[in-house]
Amino acid sequence: MSASAIIFYLISAFILGAGLLAVTTRKIFRAAIWLLFSLVGIAALYFWMQVEFIAAIQIIVYVGGIVVLIIFSIFLTQQSGKEMPKPSTGKTLFSIAAALFGLLFTYQLIDQYGFANNATRPMNVTVGEIGTQMLSTTEHGYILPFEVVSMLLLAAMIGCIVIAMKNNGGNIEEKTGEGSKLMIHTDISSPQNIQED
Amino acid sequence: MSDVPLSHILFVSTALFFIGMYGLFTRRNMITMLMAIELMLNSVNINFVAFNKYLFPDKLDGIFFTIFIITIAAAEAAIAIAIIINLYRSHQSIDVEDATELKF
Repeated sequence: MSASAIIFYLISAFILGAGLLAVTTRKIFRAAIWLLFSLVGIAALYFWMQVEFIAAIQIIVYVGGIVVLIIFSIFLTQQSGKEMPKPSTGKTLFSIAAALFGLLFTYQLIDQYGFANNATRPMNVTVGEIGTQMLSTTEHGYILPFEVVSMLLLAAMIGCIVIAMKNNGGNIEEKTGEGSKLMIHTDISSPQNIQED
Repeated sequence: MSDVPLSHILFVSTALFFIGMYGLFTRRNMITMLMAIELMLNSVNINFVAFNKYLFPDKLDGIFFTIFIITIAAAEAAIAIAIIINLYRSHQSIDVEDATELKF
């Protein structure tokens, strides 16, 4: 067994161990930290597969973005020292059985299939190559999904703001009663009306 | 690199997917359920990159799918956290058992 294989098995054990702890620990903040370790391990796996660009994206977006967002929302909504209630024994047993069955079934299928190994050929994943193909309009270009996903991101960000915004419009209507519609229109056109109120 | 067979990488991603599924089944807290979903999405990404690397080394399609999945996962996490914060404001709890207004 070469050093590369040993590194792979170490990284995989790290990913799976951290992931298992992230879904089983009963303190929510620890779960977030274990998730962070698992994601860093996955980035290490990408480095091991020599796709450095994806590894960098993984670290920037997941570790720097999503986990920080999750920790932020934990502090907004939870008492982080408190332990979460234990799931009932029946549910735990059912979940373990379902997960083990799925794992064994899927892995048996993978094992029987017998994939060809073409990894001896080198893979050209420089950032320049990825950028050229992503923005090309030829047959294997990804310009259309790129534009669509940019619209999706914009819609998601606006949607987040609208969902999480405090609902001040309702309060104005409650206070002012029947004249509220007129009030809202005048609010937009001339901001001095707010000060008069 | 070449002395680790593809099926071992697929085993890691499959195991990670079912760990995420176990978390999704047992957790009742919305933030931890979101974490389990992130684990499942990441296992799919490992699959895409590994297939691209081992079976089609002269193409880049798996890399692009991974990039788009990461983008969509970021959008999904942002929306989910906005919904969680809104739910916490109205219910003072983010346990899925407490939000039962739409339950038949």
